[in-house]
Amino acid sequence: MSSSISTLPFDETALVTQAKAGDAVAFSDLVSHYERRVFRMAKQITQNEEDAEDVLQETFLKAYSHLDDFQGNSKFYTWLVRIAVNEALMKLRKRRSDKTVPLDEPIETGEDTVAREIAVWEDDPEQLYSRDELSEILNEAVQSLKPAYRTVFILRDIEELSIEETAQALNLSISAVKSRLLRARLQLREKLTRQFRRKGDDAFAYL
Amino acid sequence: MLTCKQFLQELNDFLDESTDPGLRSEIERHVNECPNCWVVCDTTRRTLKVFKGMEAQAVPADVQQRLVSAVQKKIAARQGKRPAAPIGQ
Repeated sequence: MSSSISTLPFDETALVTQAKAGDAVAFSDLVSHYERRVFRMAKQITQNEEDAEDVLQETFLKAYSHLDDFQGNSKFYTWLVRIAVNEALMKLRKRRSDKTVPLDEPIETGEDTVAREIAVWEDDPEQLYSRDELSEILNEAVQSLKPAYRTVFILRDIEELSIEETAQALNLSISAVKSRLLRARLQLREKLTRQFRRKGDDAFAYL
Repeated sequence: MLTCKQFLQELNDFLDESTDPGLRSEIERHVNECPNCWVVCDTTRRTLKVFKGMEAQAVPADVQQRLVSAVQKKIAARQGKRPAAPIGQ
């Protein structure tokens, strides 16, 4: 699709207007611009390359079919994420229906919201790893979260939807999103602390 | 003075800068006086920063090619045409 990428600055609103008017190149530009992020999100949620590819295709095909339904009340990308997350969750449910925790599991009480790993980090831990190594560390950390927490974290903190948009996309209450997000953030902090803690520090120096 | 547990419950809103000013200064006071909570606050903030800085890698070429084909087919069907030359050419 590289032949269709416009050299003009990316203008989402203009491209969506053109695509709605039937401009195939404008729609292709939207696909080119967002395919990486949609694919990443699909992989992170489904944890499966094959499912992620299906999600990627279905997302853009559905977006194209339903372009007329997009009224511009949100950003186009937010609308796209909602389609993608629904597709990804369907895949996940299908694969996991009989063996793991459902996505709508009751949230836990506040008792598990504690910080166990207390250690300062290296100044710039990101600089200690290659891009691929860092990417692997972060992906592994995200994959280790329960699906219910992982999905909220991906939408809010990686795709940068608002709390309200995340709640809407996942059909959750605001308080459920906030509660899951806090657990996800604290669990990831713990995992990254094991990786990024300043070497030589006494683990109990702050206790 | 907030307890450490209360601080943790407020951490999300604090990092998202959506805490009201009164509570915000209470949280700041707690963080400045409690070394453990300072570390938790700092490392959680940096956790979010490192994830936000993560760039999405390119879609593998074969996956992208199948996506392009599927989209072109859909567009052609909508426009009542058979799939023809690649879009933009």
